[in-house]
Amino acid sequence: MIEARNLTKTFRDKKRGEIRATDDVSFLVAPGQIYGLLGANGAGKTTTLRMLATLLTPTSGSAALAGFDVAREPEKVRANVGFLAASTALYGRLTAREMITYFGRLNGMADPAIKARIKQLSAELDMDEFLDRRCDKFSTGMKQKTSIARTLVHDPAVMIFDEPTLGLDVMTARAIVKFVRDCKGRGKTVIYSTHVMSEVEKLCDTVGIIHGGKLLAEGTLPELRTRYAEQDMEEIFVKAAGVEEAA
Amino acid sequence: MNWSNIFTIYRKELTDQLRDRRTLISVIVIPTFVMPLIVFGMGKVMSGVMKRAEAEVPSVAIIGGADSPGVVAELKKSPKFKIVATPEDWKERIGDKKLRLAIGLPEKFEAGLAAGAAPAVKIFHFQNDLNSGIAARAAEDFFKDLRDRTVTARLVERGLPKEIVRPFEFARENVAPPEKVGGSVFGGFVPYLVIILCFTGAMYPAMDLTAGEKERGTMETLLCAPTARVDIVMGKFLMVLTGSLSAMGLALLSMGITAMAGGAIMMGGSGATTQLGAAAKTSAASMGTIDPVGLLGVLAMTLPVAVLFSALQFTVALFAKSYKEAQSYIGPMVIVVLMPAMVGMLPGIDLNAKLALVPLLNLSLVCKEMLSGVWHWNYIAIIFGSSCLYAAVALALAVRMFKREDVIFRA
Repeated sequence: MIEARNLTKTFRDKKRGEIRATDDVSFLVAPGQIYGLLGANGAGKTTTLRMLATLLTPTSGSAALAGFDVAREPEKVRANVGFLAASTALYGRLTAREMITYFGRLNGMADPAIKARIKQLSAELDMDEFLDRRCDKFSTGMKQKTSIARTLVHDPAVMIFDEPTLGLDVMTARAIVKFVRDCKGRGKTVIYSTHVMSEVEKLCDTVGIIHGGKLLAEGTLPELRTRYAEQDMEEIFVKAAGVEEAA
Repeated sequence: MNWSNIFTIYRKELTDQLRDRRTLISVIVIPTFVMPLIVFGMGKVMSGVMKRAEAEVPSVAIIGGADSPGVVAELKKSPKFKIVATPEDWKERIGDKKLRLAIGLPEKFEAGLAAGAAPAVKIFHFQNDLNSGIAARAAEDFFKDLRDRTVTARLVERGLPKEIVRPFEFARENVAPPEKVGGSVFGGFVPYLVIILCFTGAMYPAMDLTAGEKERGTMETLLCAPTARVDIVMGKFLMVLTGSLSAMGLALLSMGITAMAGGAIMMGGSGATTQLGAAAKTSAASMGTIDPVGLLGVLAMTLPVAVLFSALQFTVALFAKSYKEAQSYIGPMVIVVLMPAMVGMLPGIDLNAKLALVPLLNLSLVCKEMLSGVWHWNYIAIIFGSSCLYAAVALALAVRMFKREDVIFRA
């Protein structure tokens, strides 16, 4: 379960003064659900997800993941979260096995349990061939598989994806989309940020449209289509953002 | 603090750094091989240069001397000089190194000597030129010998014993123990090298583990783990400290081995008769007798300074967005570190209560004393205590910086 309540984050910039990256953002994601956070670049998606993953502290508001409060129990939150973003890279000088083992240990797992988990993940993600090779020699697909294994090693209840297909080729992006769907199948609570409309249509049970730091619209795809009288997600997005501008 | 997490992070960073060529070069290769290279390489080059200079028979011109055929004949007979015809432009030729020396014999030199006058001989040379200097010393030796022979002949002529002009002999004798001699030779140099290597050893790991990780995107990955920020800082900091201490330890080990094995090579061929050869022989002998207790004292005093360097560089590099930016911040810090270390090397600057509080300079001075067998316990306590305090403040600053979002996610 993810509960975000009035999440607000402001940054101070010497030139621009105070910047409100997210403004009073609230939503709820139930286990076994994929919540899509749809927004353009700079809309506040990454800031929202970083606050949920406890990488950033909210200026005001609160959030709880898997029953733990992000401000009071950040380490417990992180122990129950798998965070995968375009910006979360791999250690190039480590092998895939060393990388996954490292994060398993940091998650408090014992070595025999990590070994068994790597075997299982390697079979699921078809990683046997490159498991003992250094990450800096990997193709993009290999890197993504290793990153996925890294996020899953401790079998978290909540998965956070921040534009995970950014810059990936079609095949690798499809593999990621399939993996996100699998997470839902396993009963995990998933939040997925993107600016790719087609991904939202394929994956998400509920969609939140974020623009200028504010969550402007929220609902299931049929609900949004009905509300904005549009079938195309892009048109819905433009109208949602436009509604706010007009208001 | 969770020591299990700190150890996990440290172990990973160690594996990672041992696979990084830049760190291996700065932490292992340079500290290990720089001293042997300086001693063996420079020693070989210097001994080769000395050998060639000493083997050369310098070309010497005589100015005047037409009325002193005896002296000119003796000079021509000497195997130490190659007397050449005096060119018009002999001064320019010495400047152009085509002529090593010119000897100016005053008019009626021999006649003057016979009459008991004291005519002055001039030796024209190229100041600070090695070959011209050797030729000038040979010419001085020649004329000293001639003067001695003249004095002896005059004494004999007057029926006096030659000992009259040399009534007694004197000689120097060292009474300081060998480790104190070694300490005074290397007391300034060892702390200087230790400070520099402590700093440079921490440099690359500090930049790679902070700005490097931010640039590569692995810092965000690490921050997703359920590990306290302070544990991450400690794990990474211990790796930076390992780099610093490894560079220092390897350098000291390498210096010790080089000192024992290098003296003979440095002297090789040039012969202990030359000043350089004799100096090398003394150095080699002294270095082998550095007081091990003094050396242990240096290591103990350096420990908090290594912590200070590691924490400071960690903090500064953490602020940078990229490896390149970190280099531009840390590069100038080398000069700041070098200055007090160099001042400590200067002769005549001694430790006092005020200097004992100046970071780095205090270390340099106290190490110089300890290696010379002098133990001022009150200063040692002040220096160790203040260094620990500076180190603790720097480490606390590193943790504080790591917790700042605007530093970690600085874009």
